Amino acid sequence: MIPGQVIEEPKRKFSIMRLFRENSRAQGLLLISPTNIYLFILIVLPLILVTILSFLSRGTYGQVEFKFNLSNYVRLFDPLYAKVLVFSLLVGFGTTVICILVGYPLAYFIARAPARQRSLLLFLILLPFWTNFIIRIFAWMIILRSGGLLDSLLQWLHITQAPLNLLYSPTAVMIGMVYEFLPFMVLPLYTSLEKIENSLLEAAADLGAPPWKAFLRVTLPLSIPGMIAGTILTFIPAMGMFVVPDILGGAKTILIGNVIRNQFLTARDWPFGAAASMVLMLMTMVLTLYYTRKAGFGEELLV
Amino acid sequence: MKKIHVLCFVFFSLALILSACSGGKTQAPTLPAQPTNAQLEPTTAQVEPTMVQVKSDTLNLYAWSEYVPQQLLDDFSAKYGIKVNYDTYSSNEEMLAKLQAGASGYDVIIPSDYTVAIMIKQAMLEPLDSTQLSNFSNLDPRFINRDYDPGNKYTIPYQWGTTGLIYDKTLVPSEPKKWADLWDPAYKGRLVFLDDEREVLGMALQVLGYDRNSTNESELNQAEQKLLELKPNILKFDSDAPETAIISGETWAGLVYNGNASLALAEDTNVAYICPTEGCTIWFDNLAIPSGAPHKDAAMLFLNWVLDPQQSILITKEFPYSNPNKAALELLKTDDPTLYESYMAFSGTNPDDAFLAASKPIVDVGEATALYDSLWTDFKSK
Amino acid sequence: MSEKKPSLWLRIYSIIIYGFIYTPIFILIIFSFNTQKLNTHWEGFTLHWYQVLFHDAQILLATRNTLMIAVISTLVATIIGTMAALAMYRYRFPLYNASETVMYIPIVIPEVVMGISLLVFFVMINFTLGLSTITLSHIAFSIPFVALVVRARLHGYDKAIDEAAMDLGANELTTFWRVTLPTIMPGVLAGAMLALTLSLDDYVITYFTAGPGSTTLPLRVYSMVKTAVTPEINALSTLWVLIIFILLVFGQIAQRRKT
Repeated sequence: MIPGQVIEEPKRKFSIMRLFRENSRAQGLLLISPTNIYLFILIVLPLILVTILSFLSRGTYGQVEFKFNLSNYVRLFDPLYAKVLVFSLLVGFGTTVICILVGYPLAYFIARAPARQRSLLLFLILLPFWTNFIIRIFAWMIILRSGGLLDSLLQWLHITQAPLNLLYSPTAVMIGMVYEFLPFMVLPLYTSLEKIENSLLEAAADLGAPPWKAFLRVTLPLSIPGMIAGTILTFIPAMGMFVVPDILGGAKTILIGNVIRNQFLTARDWPFGAAASMVLMLMTMVLTLYYTRKAGFGEELLV
Repeated sequence: MKKIHVLCFVFFSLALILSACSGGKTQAPTLPAQPTNAQLEPTTAQVEPTMVQVKSDTLNLYAWSEYVPQQLLDDFSAKYGIKVNYDTYSSNEEMLAKLQAGASGYDVIIPSDYTVAIMIKQAMLEPLDSTQLSNFSNLDPRFINRDYDPGNKYTIPYQWGTTGLIYDKTLVPSEPKKWADLWDPAYKGRLVFLDDEREVLGMALQVLGYDRNSTNESELNQAEQKLLELKPNILKFDSDAPETAIISGETWAGLVYNGNASLALAEDTNVAYICPTEGCTIWFDNLAIPSGAPHKDAAMLFLNWVLDPQQSILITKEFPYSNPNKAALELLKTDDPTLYESYMAFSGTNPDDAFLAASKPIVDVGEATALYDSLWTDFKSK
Repeated sequence: MSEKKPSLWLRIYSIIIYGFIYTPIFILIIFSFNTQKLNTHWEGFTLHWYQVLFHDAQILLATRNTLMIAVISTLVATIIGTMAALAMYRYRFPLYNASETVMYIPIVIPEVVMGISLLVFFVMINFTLGLSTITLSHIAFSIPFVALVVRARLHGYDKAIDEAAMDLGANELTTFWRVTLPTIMPGVLAGAMLALTLSLDDYVITYFTAGPGSTTLPLRVYSMVKTAVTPEINALSTLWVLIIFILLVFGQIAQRRKT
């Protein structure tokens, strides 16, 4: 090529199809656009309403008054709400950890099962959750109630002598929470574990690694994306969940989900509820993005 | 690919099966029901409503579940050819939140007294045309023209009741006469309370001798402290079905609605329900029409229909609340004497004058609502 | 290459966990035959509630609505969510960070807030509340779940395979359909199943976006809690579980016949 020479390129018809075929950025945009458009209309726009709402005030009778101020946010600094938040975080954290401990072996088992059986085994995990939530929890009440089924069984087996008084205790709440969130941990874990090819594990064995080492060095790291997805889908909803603690725990505690719900229903202080939600969402969002980035989501693109 | 086929097959099969099941049935009752005996002989209390042109053919009812007898709706549809959709909510607050956010399309709602007061102040209710309510005179004069809706301009009472102290005579150490008795350590972990800040804080205020609707910050703080002393005795808070905790024997006593008490009594004859000396609550649920209701004419017709003693009696036969319709109760005497006896005998359905005198309604506390809420949050967090 | 059989301990453990998951379901099924209305104690055997169920037009209608909403919202959310996951995994495009953030919002937002804000939004744009608003809302909260699970599956996906396919002459669409999709299918299915589960039991958001006459099962059952969640609901759930179970078994047998 001679510098300065103007090369006449044969005229290429500009076509949308070619644009999408060749330009990877355009491809990306095309794929993400349904999500973006949909969520923009149904999530972002309503969220803007909520943001505006958080700066307004509550009228005497619970109506919303257009008086802009920051008082709702200031009110959130009350140590009471920090206490509630911390407690909710603990509940979420506890649920997630137990779900990982309980769910990981199960996900592993399904991933290692013969290919034909895997979908069936997965469906079988989810099937109970297609019954109604309320009656599932009621069934747990029947089981955990003082003198109920669990107590009867344990006493019949002579493991215990007196009723355990499990119902309305933190233990009952944890059992209920883990029960409800287990599929949300097992399924993402399964999708990661299922991907791990046997050849990798065989290679590790050939190289002399004992099974536990192969697990730690091969399986576990490769299952991390699933664990991240599972953690997000368990921790965040668990932190905001209050129905299980209310029913199985006797509603003796208060979680951040209760507080926000109360603002919209009993206290009828929508602006304050909106502010509390905004703060909660912001915090959770920052944590989530930090956590996922740290663990590798998004890194794929740097390669 | 095969897995997708299985998945799709499963769900479309299900969808098909269920369409087949419900396809044959109508969506909501429209076909005439068998006329009941009650309908065949009109009593003097039943008056034909003044002839109004009713153009609507639908009525959207929005109420608590298990609160309006299907028979009543079927009879209404049969008589006027109006299809009734019965949607449900599970608390006043939920209904209020939805309507405040702008949801429309509902013609008749059944808010409680304090919710009515709030809705009137926010102009959320349609005024009623009293000329269309010829059956209004069937109501007991004690229960009309109350503070939350003077002159019944916007509402008519539907059912009423109280919130009081329930206990199982065989389980309690001694029969409680006052709320204060429940603070006895013997009740540790044996109480069930409604999960309701106004009811519970209000009760504590009454124990301390204050007005149960107090907005005084110092009084409220004292009430919370008093409640914290009681907390170890409370096994659970439950606004939905506290009677199950009494029936099962898990709890011995508690603060419940009269409806819960009636349900408990049906399963456990040792149940007693009283208004303690410090006081208790009286509540009224009312029929009302939200502003902008699309079928206001049908709604007015429906309101008058419910006031008909032949119809009102159906409510008492099916549900355990108190009926403000005097004519309906008169009718019950002859129609179902056994039920009438038990209705009159139980303090839950028929409280005596002393009970009524000691009961106070819940009144909206306006700006102090935020205070109640933070105190309740604090109470629960400890 | 033979698949290593899972160890005995793992099998025993899994059976125990399945037992844990199914114990309440067995209770639920047994209590559907209970004579006692209140669902707390066993009193006697009866088929009464099944009769009540078949005559309860409201519940049957609610069940049909719930199913329809669940299936439609799951299908749409799965398609959109999978596309989103592919986009987030593979491409760097403008608005990448913003898109990711927006996708997490339905997960982090409290349900009451989402429900009310959607309601206000629908009212503002004069969109009549009904089954369609419920479905639209369900799609909105399902998309992130699908996207996240598929993304977990995509992580580590070797683009070389795709490139190999394209070198061999396949275009993007064929590559996707024949190469990428089968590999990520477990993720897509898992995400779809989670979305379905969420939709079937959703109460709060459904409550606020439902219109007069549009009723779903959770709405009906939650409001029954005040008086009595009679064994009629147990009967419904029992039938539901049994039907799906039978269909699954048939599906499994059918698959086995093919291979």
